[in-house]
Amino acid sequence: MTALTGPRATRRLILQGAASVALLGLGNLPFAPARAAANDKYPEEAFRQKSEADAIKALYGRTAEPSDKVKLDAPEIAENGGVVPISVTTTLDKVTSISFFVAENPSALAASYKIPEGTIPGVANRLKMAKTTNVVAIVEADGKLYSATKEVKVTVGGCGG
Amino acid sequence: MASSIRVRATANGDITEVQALIQHPMDTGFVKDAKGELIPAHYIQELKFECNGKDVFVADWGTAISKDPYVKFSFKGAKKGDDLKISWTDNKGGSDTNTAKIA
Repeated sequence: MTALTGPRATRRLILQGAASVALLGLGNLPFAPARAAANDKYPEEAFRQKSEADAIKALYGRTAEPSDKVKLDAPEIAENGGVVPISVTTTLDKVTSISFFVAENPSALAASYKIPEGTIPGVANRLKMAKTTNVVAIVEADGKLYSATKEVKVTVGGCGG
Repeated sequence: MASSIRVRATANGDITEVQALIQHPMDTGFVKDAKGELIPAHYIQELKFECNGKDVFVADWGTAISKDPYVKFSFKGAKKGDDLKISWTDNKGGSDTNTAKIA
């Protein structure tokens, strides 16, 4: 019995291995950037980007300019990187989305919020931070991107490992 | 089972302030358990708030959202007694919904 099932199991394993390699290969192909602001789909591609610049590009397809109309509220020092309270408010008009990036996290994009008409452009949430780094909030208003950046010092990282 | 979503929605004039607290592990996939094995990523990807048949707030989340996520926002156009419907889905296909009356 073992003699019969043995080789068959091995063959199946090899096949499964080949299949997953094929899948991984596909995952690395450069897909067209998914624009979260333009459609309702979950921006998987943007969440996979490691650096902040790549994530912004994948999410919005362009760059943001710093603006003092975006107010980012974050602590100077976070003792626990696992829970860092961060909020953003803005006085800009026609806001359609607000996104949070943590520059040196394993993947920079933390959250992206769609702001439909009638919703106040402001959101508070709690993020994980791997280490001391910049937190960037991006506000999309009237088709343009505005950002605010603040460095948060992290005593104990929140990404485990 | 009690809902994983706790919401407080308070109307003050035309503006309704919403605070939500969701119970979810939000595992990043980077943390190891006691045996040294990686805990696979398990996190909420989409969270949606609906009021009077209209989306009032939609969140796309990654693993960098803290465990047991909290979110706060405000919107216009609702009044006391209206229903606010909250729903989330995670990367493993899990989901939950809850409805709160605006107070």
